[in-house]
Amino acid sequence: MPVTTYDPRKHVGVHAERVSHVSSTNFPGHYPNEDHSWDLERFRKGLTVKIERLSNRTIEFDLVGVDASIANAFRRILIAEVPTICVERVYVWDNTSVVVDEVLAQRIGLVPLNIDPALMDMKQSANDQATDRNTLVFRLQVACERRKNAPKDTTDSSKLYINHEVLSSHFKWIPQGEQEIVMADNPPAPTNLNIVLTKLRPGQEIDMELHAVKGVGKDHAKFCPVATASYRLLPLVILNPEKPVPPELVEKFQKCFSSGVIRIDPRTKAVSVDSKKTRNETMSREVYRHPEFEGCVQLARVRDHFLFNIESEGFYPPQRLLPEAIAVMRAKIATIKRATETLLNSGDGLGDC
Amino acid sequence: MNQLGQQTTNAGGGGGFIPAPRQDMEYICADCGAKNEIKSREPIRCRECGHRIMYKKRTKRMVQFEAR
Repeated sequence: MPVTTYDPRKHVGVHAERVSHVSSTNFPGHYPNEDHSWDLERFRKGLTVKIERLSNRTIEFDLVGVDASIANAFRRILIAEVPTICVERVYVWDNTSVVVDEVLAQRIGLVPLNIDPALMDMKQSANDQATDRNTLVFRLQVACERRKNAPKDTTDSSKLYINHEVLSSHFKWIPQGEQEIVMADNPPAPTNLNIVLTKLRPGQEIDMELHAVKGVGKDHAKFCPVATASYRLLPLVILNPEKPVPPELVEKFQKCFSSGVIRIDPRTKAVSVDSKKTRNETMSREVYRHPEFEGCVQLARVRDHFLFNIESEGFYPPQRLLPEAIAVMRAKIATIKRATETLLNSGDGLGDC
Repeated sequence: MNQLGQQTTNAGGGGGFIPAPRQDMEYICADCGAKNEIKSREPIRCRECGHRIMYKKRTKRMVQFEAR
């Protein structure tokens, strides 16, 4: 962990009512007689990605050794530019439920679908011809009826009626063209089969066709592959060896921080910082409120140590999200590279004539 | 719509008037929700409960929406 490599140049100072040293200083010309030009080998040494926690839907990982612009670019790409599949067009033949067509269509659009976006092409324009490469078709046909043998004394609608709720599990995939073979091992369906889209009563029915397409989050939030994608900087608690915390006040000192951050030696009453727990510090700056602790401690954040927290929603397992974001970024860089190269070539051509 | 159009052309043809096979019109009782077939010059009255208010059913014509 690069936390052990203690470098005050990387610290963002957190004071009682302000923050200091916000901008990074590791660029050429800032420190006299030091070479800070970008170097791949040095960057590679400093770069670390470490998964802290991984569950079905969320991932927490540390991204260390990059500039804030890169970390922020990944966050923004995760939210707005990693593609997913969602219902985009709804064709309604019948909808006698209490939810009107356009509201129901909007709700259907928000349902996350479990389809690998790599298997589909993006429609180039909204009026593009729908093909089996860019459109998935679902059928939603639900009718509510009274249950014949329902007990008389119940008011439970699940016992009284059949299909009293329209759920995302009612989506029926209609394979088109080659889709039957291509998507055989993971047939398209909503990721969550228990989303209530509307409720029905006997006699009401819904008959719709849903067309799902590939899209990105900047077009509409329904295409966003993540529920949250955020980062924060690693908090640091730096004790001042010159001015130790008075032994009679150590408990009070400990309570100024999140639980576990400050350890107390039971015998000597000396305080120390648990470097594994500092990431849980809320940076409440409570210590700064007590004059008796003045100068004992300095709060800071590490400028190039990003604690990412990503919640996946939809097709991607959480650990695949960052690689997908990197792939999107690389594709963008490749486009820019090609554009600059053509610009350079055409500039030569102009110079000749 | 189509049937109506056919009917008018037939009538305009001047030949023998053939009534087009009119689809039975189903209405829904406003009180009990039962389906009722009502023919022309028949009293508007629910067969199940006797209620005199009927709703026309929604057409099955397709409507397109953007899920946005």
